[in-house]
Amino acid sequence: MYLGKVIGNVVASRKAADMEGLRLMVVQPLGHDGNPKGNIVVAADAVNSGPGDTVHLVSSREAALAFKVSFIPVDAAIVGIVDSVDVEARP
Amino acid sequence: MIVGKVLGTVVSTVKHESYRGLKLYVVQPLGADNNFEGDSFLAVDTVSSGVGDTVLVIREGNGARQVLKRQELPIRSVIVGVVDEVDVVRGRGGEA
Repeated sequence: MYLGKVIGNVVASRKAADMEGLRLMVVQPLGHDGNPKGNIVVAADAVNSGPGDTVHLVSSREAALAFKVSFIPVDAAIVGIVDSVDVEARP
Repeated sequence: MIVGKVLGTVVSTVKHESYRGLKLYVVQPLGADNNFEGDSFLAVDTVSSGVGDTVLVIREGNGARQVLKRQELPIRSVIVGVVDEVDVVRGRGGEA
């Protein structure tokens, strides 16, 4: 589970039938310091996020469990819009 | 499982309903010498841990569902213990 920033969305007219209706967002994973960390991912959105939002995500099989319809073939899902991240400075 | 340090808190008002009532922490994995090792990640707390605690974390979905006692959970990292002490013996093949 990790933080990310929504930087766009993906439109795909031709896709697996099980993915119909999914909001697919482009996300840049972030470290807890807010800096980009790693490659961008496409994540299915479960909380109506939008570009510019800082979000938290879950990967792997648990991403599919974010959706009521079973069994969506996704490996990354946005499961929360982040209000704040509060990390103490390292001593 | 891994041993990690709770660095801070993530607050989200709009979120998946399975996260309601759960504390979401930033956890930094620790190496055998108690230094930061690898990237931090997010984990849900089940043992009333707090910022600054050293904790035991399971990062696997089936275990997470077992600890949280629910089946349909988009959660895969769960804090399952607060660590009192880690004792690592050197010289057994795992030389630094």
